[in-house]
Amino acid sequence: MKKLESVNDFVIKFANVNGTGSASANNMFAKALFRMGLPVSPKNIFPSNIQGLPTWYEVRVSEAGYLGRRGGIDIALSVNPQSMAQDISEVEPGGYFIYDNTKPLDLRLVRNDVNIIGIPLTRICNEEYKDPRQRQLFKNVIYVGALAALLDMDFKVLTDLVADQFKGKEKLILPNIHALELGHQYARNNVDCPLGIRVQAADAVGDKILLDGNTALGLGAVYGGATVAAWYPITPSTSVVDAFEKYARRVRIDPGTGRKNYAIVQAEDELSAIGMVIGASWNGARAFTATSGPGVSLMSEFLGLAYFAEIPTVLFDVQRAGPSTGMPTRTQQSDILSTAYASHGDTKQVLLFPSTPKECFDFGAQAFDLAERLQTPIILMTDLDLGMNDNMSPPLEWEDGREYDRGKVMTAEQLEAGVEFGRYTDVDGDAICYRTYPATHPSKGAFFTRGTSRDEKAVYTEKGEEYEENMLRLMRKWDTIKEYVPGPEVVSAAQKTDIAVLYFGTSEESSREALDYLAKEGVHMDAMRVRAFPFNHEVKSFIEEHEQVFVIEQNRDAQLRTLLMAEFELGPDKLKSVLCFDGTPISARNIKKQINLHLDGGEIQPLHRSRVANAGGE
Amino acid sequence: MSYQIPKFRHPDLPVNELGYTRADYEGSISTLCAGCGHDSISGAIVRACHELSIEPHKIAKLSGIGCSSKAPTYFLGKSHGFNSVHGRMPSVVTGAAMANRDLLYLGVSGDGDTASIGMGQFAHVARRNLNMVYIVMNNGCYGLTKGQDSATADEGSVSKKGDANIYSAIDLCGTALQMGATFIARSFSGDKAQLVPLIKAAISHRGFALIDVVSPCVTFNNNPGSTKSYEFVRDHAEATGTVDFVPMQKEITTEYEAGFSHEVTMHDGSSVHLYKMEEDLNPFDRTSALIAMEKHRVAGDILTGLIYMDKDSRDLHDVMETSRRPLNTLGAEDLCPGNQMLKNINASLR
Ligand SMILES: Cc1ncc(C[n+]2csc(CCOP(=O)(O)OP(=O)(O)O)c2C)c(N)n1
Ligand code: SF4
Ligand SMILES: [Mg+2]
Repeated sequence: MKKLESVNDFVIKFANVNGTGSASANNMFAKALFRMGLPVSPKNIFPSNIQGLPTWYEVRVSEAGYLGRRGGIDIALSVNPQSMAQDISEVEPGGYFIYDNTKPLDLRLVRNDVNIIGIPLTRICNEEYKDPRQRQLFKNVIYVGALAALLDMDFKVLTDLVADQFKGKEKLILPNIHALELGHQYARNNVDCPLGIRVQAADAVGDKILLDGNTALGLGAVYGGATVAAWYPITPSTSVVDAFEKYARRVRIDPGTGRKNYAIVQAEDELSAIGMVIGASWNGARAFTATSGPGVSLMSEFLGLAYFAEIPTVLFDVQRAGPSTGMPTRTQQSDILSTAYASHGDTKQVLLFPSTPKECFDFGAQAFDLAERLQTPIILMTDLDLGMNDNMSPPLEWEDGREYDRGKVMTAEQLEAGVEFGRYTDVDGDAICYRTYPATHPSKGAFFTRGTSRDEKAVYTEKGEEYEENMLRLMRKWDTIKEYVPGPEVVSAAQKTDIAVLYFGTSEESSREALDYLAKEGVHMDAMRVRAFPFNHEVKSFIEEHEQVFVIEQNRDAQLRTLLMAEFELGPDKLKSVLCFDGTPISARNIKKQINLHLDGGEIQPLHRSRVANAGGE
Repeated sequence: MSYQIPKFRHPDLPVNELGYTRADYEGSISTLCAGCGHDSISGAIVRACHELSIEPHKIAKLSGIGCSSKAPTYFLGKSHGFNSVHGRMPSVVTGAAMANRDLLYLGVSGDGDTASIGMGQFAHVARRNLNMVYIVMNNGCYGLTKGQDSATADEGSVSKKGDANIYSAIDLCGTALQMGATFIARSFSGDKAQLVPLIKAAISHRGFALIDVVSPCVTFNNNPGSTKSYEFVRDHAEATGTVDFVPMQKEITTEYEAGFSHEVTMHDGSSVHLYKMEEDLNPFDRTSALIAMEKHRVAGDILTGLIYMDKDSRDLHDVMETSRRPLNTLGAEDLCPGNQMLKNINASLR
């Protein structure tokens, strides 16, 4: 039988039962490879359930440094009978299916084109451990040990990792190492090791780190000077506030008094959460909330208030598959339109699109500067894939001495000196006006913040001209905003070309990889990664300079494409869509396949996953 | 439109300890209907703040949407104000109070704003015992949308349209008590003698202070048959007792009968005197307060005055143990941990 052969380049998928402690063992596996100098990209595919349903963990290993989903599974490791039929069917021809053969494999599942390897995990556990909880936990560690032998991993890296992981709980170190050895020995003695697919130490990660985007965002909020966090729990955003709290506890407790230099309020719902952020920001603190699509829907009215009354507001949207409750534990980039034009009336909201944990950190901190400088909501758009998975990322950095940009705030001294204050008066010509914090001066600078129309001095008015003047100023401010938000990144093709791709956020890595595949076939494409909305003139020129631009995104309705068409008044022919919306991160093979189909002249519908799978695996 | 009140005043108007006259606490000229109860409440707020000698700029006034929520434009013109969205004033105040614990937060709302669209936020701000004064201008109807019944309209009460309300009424004082509010009073816009000291006491209270003020809507709900009309309230108000507010280190001048009185020292050193109390109400006991409210509800009259107060209330900042320094005064030097910590974090992620 054919055996897939490769060194440091494969996709492995673990099939587990939710709530059985498999996550930490799977993490250990990915981290060990990372410590061997190999770029890894682990992705948790989990159900909306606390215990019992199937859950998967897919790890991409690529010495070449491709971190997106490739598509296809080379090795499946199945310890969940519930999903076994699906798991084995997904394996690439010539791939490997590793399962717990304490019970024999259902003959109907056997595939002749897949290498089937049995490791009697349950039996080993039952022989070794009496306590059922131990049996369950160590079963996971045992298969990691077995994989170490099957893939020829450096065993010492694993044992060091265990020692690091259980620092402070030393009693757990030896039993874990023992479990690793049990699996390792069994595989070595009973299976032909290593498999055709194996690893060897490399030097391909440099100073990179392995971190989830939500933790990076929480840290960004700490470094960005947030003091007030208000939130309502929702997957996949919850861990942003968890991380903020974890680090705030570490660095924001006043050593003298033991009191907190931060306040975290778990609100009664998202309306309240964003209301608190607006109230705190209005009062001169840096504040944020984190949520996902359903929360954004609820926050919509307040986002309009913050836009119109020009109150700095920081919102982190960790997107998941909608509409409605959708697939709450699956990823998508499908809140683009609902955030870009969030709220009734003529509104436009600033969006940031990070694509790595480092950018989550950088943009997370920068969001507070932008919000205060631009006096408007800043909505940072990440997603479940970036937020909840460990992503390989450049290390986090902070320039010591960097100061916060608190924007245009008129001080008591300025007011005292007689500087004229008009809350909505554009004195500098950039359409951004001065604000005052409450309690600044005993008799000057007070104003009434409202969502109703008002004149330049913040006095209520229903005069059409004044309303219109203000709305036009907000449009001029929109132009100012373009100069402040992160600009796009361009990767030019090796050869001059008039076709291009445009993507954002977590579609970056798979797109990059797909373009490499295409280039090998002689299809060269320039690439642009958009990092913010409003789009600046560079985005416009890039599109104009190409005959055809493929917009790659993870939603059904081609939302970024719609936004580009609306903002630049483009016709429908210029931009073509490459979409994935099945809840899994878009894969390189899927992107390549769709672009190929377009270029072959087919007007294609967004591809269903199974069609892509037939065409090469997904 | 808002018009500024002309600042010309008689030179010997009484000034407070800060040298301010009452005019320094006023706002723009009201655009509410002539005779609207809300304007009287605005007047009471002006008087209370003036008499307490609070620096106007140290007050933040916030509201939702409604005629009542417009009222903050008509008082405290030197204070920052925030007219937010319908029913959501409590969350905005909560955020503001988190940012700066040193200001006095005065929330103004209507019965629609509080008891319907804002019921959730109202319940939760009470539960968190946020240090604020929450005044409901309660007219039993939605004034600004032309008089529909609100959730505080009594069952059977008839508004101008002529239909009797078929639903039972939400009692905001009872709700607040259940939710954990630590100061609860009810009053009537037409009774300044009672309202002003209640506002002062509420301001001195540390924690969530609700004053539910019946405030007739002359345009839509002041007709015979309405239980929120001037006439009905005058006839049916039953005061728990009289409240006298004594600022810090002031002599008590009011004479009152011993044996019927309570004196409460507030955290800022001022004191509240309650006297001629309704015999079986102990306003420091939740159960007693609940029973009194229920008794009066059954009797069909309106219990006014101080209903409940927790003398040992701990507000949200106390329980959260936030810094005594307002969070909005902290700078990068206090807040940003610096690059070395990131280096350590990076190292732990390899
Ligand atoms: C989300 C939303 N829904 C509806 C309205 C319309 N609206 C404005 S004021 C109001 C009711 C106000 O009633 P209340 O709070 O009792 O104030 P009043 O005018 O009686 O003082 C309503 C329903 C609104 N502004 N916002
Ligand atoms: S409609 Fe009613 S509540 Fe509104 S201003 Fe007129 S009297 Fe007051
Ligand atoms: Mg009302």
